[in-house]
Amino acid sequence: MLRFIRKRALASLISLIGLLVMVFFLSRLTGDPASLFLPVEASAEMKAEFRALHGLDQPLLVQFGQYVGDVVTGDLGESLRKARPALDVVLEAFTWTLWLAVITMTLVTVCAIVVGSLAAFRTGGFFDRFSSMLSLIGASVPDFWLAIVAIVIFAIQLSWLPTSGTGTLAHWILPICVLFVRPFGIIVQVVRGSMISALSSAYVKTARAKGVKSGPIIFVHALRNAMLPVITVIGDQAASLLNGAVIIETIFGFPGVGKLMIDSILQRDFNVVLAAILVTAFAIFLMNLVIDLAYALLDPRIRY
Amino acid sequence: MADHLLEVRNLSVDFHTASGVVHAVRNISYHLDRGETLAILGESGSGKSVSSAAIMNLIDMPPGKISSGEILLDGKDLLTMNGEQRREVNGRRIAMIFQDPLSHLNPVYTVGWQMREALKTHGIGNTQAQAEALRLFKRVALPDPERALDKYPHEFSGGQRQRVMIAMALALKPDLLIADEPTTALDVTVQAEVLNLLKELQRETGMGVLIITHDLGVVSEVADRVVVMEKGQLVESGTVREVYHNPQHAYTKKLIAAAPGKGEMHEPEASGDAILSVKDARKFYGGFEALKGVSFDLKAGETVAVVGESGSGKSTLARILLRLEEADGGTAKWKGKDLFTMSPGDLFKLRRDLQMVFQDPTQSLNPRMTVYQLISEAWVIHPEILPKAKWRERVAELLGQVGLSSEHMGRYPHQFSGGQRQRIAIARALALEPQLIVCDEAVSALDVSVQAQVITLLDKLRKEMGIAFIFIAHDLPLVRDFADYVMVMQKGEVVEFGTVAQVFDNPQKPYTQALLAASLDPDPDVQAANRYARLAAAS
Repeated sequence: MLRFIRKRALASLISLIGLLVMVFFLSRLTGDPASLFLPVEASAEMKAEFRALHGLDQPLLVQFGQYVGDVVTGDLGESLRKARPALDVVLEAFTWTLWLAVITMTLVTVCAIVVGSLAAFRTGGFFDRFSSMLSLIGASVPDFWLAIVAIVIFAIQLSWLPTSGTGTLAHWILPICVLFVRPFGIIVQVVRGSMISALSSAYVKTARAKGVKSGPIIFVHALRNAMLPVITVIGDQAASLLNGAVIIETIFGFPGVGKLMIDSILQRDFNVVLAAILVTAFAIFLMNLVIDLAYALLDPRIRY
Repeated sequence: MADHLLEVRNLSVDFHTASGVVHAVRNISYHLDRGETLAILGESGSGKSVSSAAIMNLIDMPPGKISSGEILLDGKDLLTMNGEQRREVNGRRIAMIFQDPLSHLNPVYTVGWQMREALKTHGIGNTQAQAEALRLFKRVALPDPERALDKYPHEFSGGQRQRVMIAMALALKPDLLIADEPTTALDVTVQAEVLNLLKELQRETGMGVLIITHDLGVVSEVADRVVVMEKGQLVESGTVREVYHNPQHAYTKKLIAAAPGKGEMHEPEASGDAILSVKDARKFYGGFEALKGVSFDLKAGETVAVVGESGSGKSTLARILLRLEEADGGTAKWKGKDLFTMSPGDLFKLRRDLQMVFQDPTQSLNPRMTVYQLISEAWVIHPEILPKAKWRERVAELLGQVGLSSEHMGRYPHQFSGGQRQRIAIARALALEPQLIVCDEAVSALDVSVQAQVITLLDKLRKEMGIAFIFIAHDLPLVRDFADYVMVMQKGEVVEFGTVAQVFDNPQKPYTQALLAASLDPDPDVQAANRYARLAAAS
């Protein structure tokens, strides 16, 4: 088990380095921060001074070497805009995103499993058809449109909820509800499909022959077997939320990592962009590891 | 008149499918008393499993529908009970074991958990359930019962898993045990042990046993009475001895006649040099040695049967001979060239000479190709065999050879029965005009009557075209009828090699003797004599 974790960590390290290289050089292609930061009338000397201060006058390879050296020692550099360590800025935003993702995915997982399982138990019944329709709509509706419509209805017309920002619990409701819809739609479909095959399996027949009640047959016998493909998709959906739901965070003015990244890219705040990418990549690596371990926990035939 | 333990009266079960109503079971009646064993004998599609599923309330409705009849347990009709009452009966009064214990045990829970669940479902407390589970595991003679309780199904062998199933079924001392093909997936020696255990347990508990099988040997070994089913109808019933010695219905007669193992044994008649000469073939899987140096020769028009139980290495041998996997040692000279080390170019030519027929024709035929495409594909790959203009004619000829007709050319595999599909697979192998066909359990998945037809076909091809066969099988009577030589394998080694007559009439090695002794004879008198001899030898 430990060997497995070590091996995975090593493999992830390699992809993290690759990611770092790519993002570092690509971000340098987007333009010069000096001309963006300083006022339009700034003199050439002032620009040169600014570049020298932030090491932007060095050859790219030297900049990169320095950056990697700093990363290894845990220093991700200063934010050019905020004059604070980039890592602090990112971690602050990431905490918001993490909460949003955790709450949303918990709700999604619980609801999707219950709805998908019950739909699978009576295939073709009213509940199945109703939930299939609902999940199909959920999986296909564009979230930015849904966000705007939700703001118009619940925030502007009904005035029940704030339009954007943070501060009270009420501020969380709309972003969570909007983010809930697509993963819910997708996961319900996966749970349903996976549960249909689990419920038609031979061991379910054995359980019925033993006289086991319907409840335990669905939620004890079939569900645990059906969970493997489901947690793969849950992980996939959670990853896209951890990356920062860029559009939704922007629409709701939510100070998460997605919004931070977009803002930093527009402002050429390289250190923050890089720090944000590293932090989310690390978070996604951790999550994938948890998913792999969850496989082994759910299915005794999988051992690392 | 006292009620029978189980009485099925005029039961009919229909399935409503997209292509119309299928009458799976039509108006059948039978009964079973305590301490008695009734066998339901039938081939695939006969409806033999449907009637037992109806007893256990395991039929999905819809699409299934019980259109008439009664199922009386101690005189009370199960079909008029509500779902909760049926659930109470299942496990407590009637229990069931199935063909494939691996898929019928939940893979993600320990077998101890599954045992306790059976007990707790019917109101037994946790500690008592644990003690009872342990007692039952001891009774069915699972090795190391305490630790076995904490293991998962995949950690047991096939025979042990069936013992777990039996322990679980007997947990609540049911009055009736339904066993649906309980030993079909097991090796012959394990089959004998499991059937023996069932009989012992029946004597102890006095339960009635309803055994569903396609195997006349199983019927003659365990059953008191038998009912024969064909296409959903009950065609014959009586005591096992009556039915075997004096079958009334044409279908029963056909079934009994088709049972292999009664024909004349072949005397090897092929002469000349060996076309294939295998020396010291070895294969490792990691540290596990699957083949420990196997050697044999094969002449044109000759059949070597490779028999052995699961794990004996017989399928591995087939795979390395066809280079589907690489051998780790030894040589296999095909007309003087070693096929284990042959270059890809030579190997490509060799593929023409060596063909394989697999166990499951449903999986080995591409479902999206017509029969014409499936057979002529060989010539797309090896165009030197036949000019395209003649393909159609030749496909028709090949279909004729395997007993199908040219009208079948445009159809897809799913439009055929299992036996017909295996004929298509054979026609496909013949398209390349091979000199050797390797049959890996090629007839095991087929019904007995179809098996006999396919074997007759293979024998004809051997005689007429001089094709040599390596015939891998676990079914000894079948081998007896078809092979020239028998190679008995155990744990990657050849235990015994000889002509059919030598091996069957005068086996030298204890393992071969044990295999032959465990093999079941369809004749109840012969089987009773074998059983008696076995008991005498044991005591």
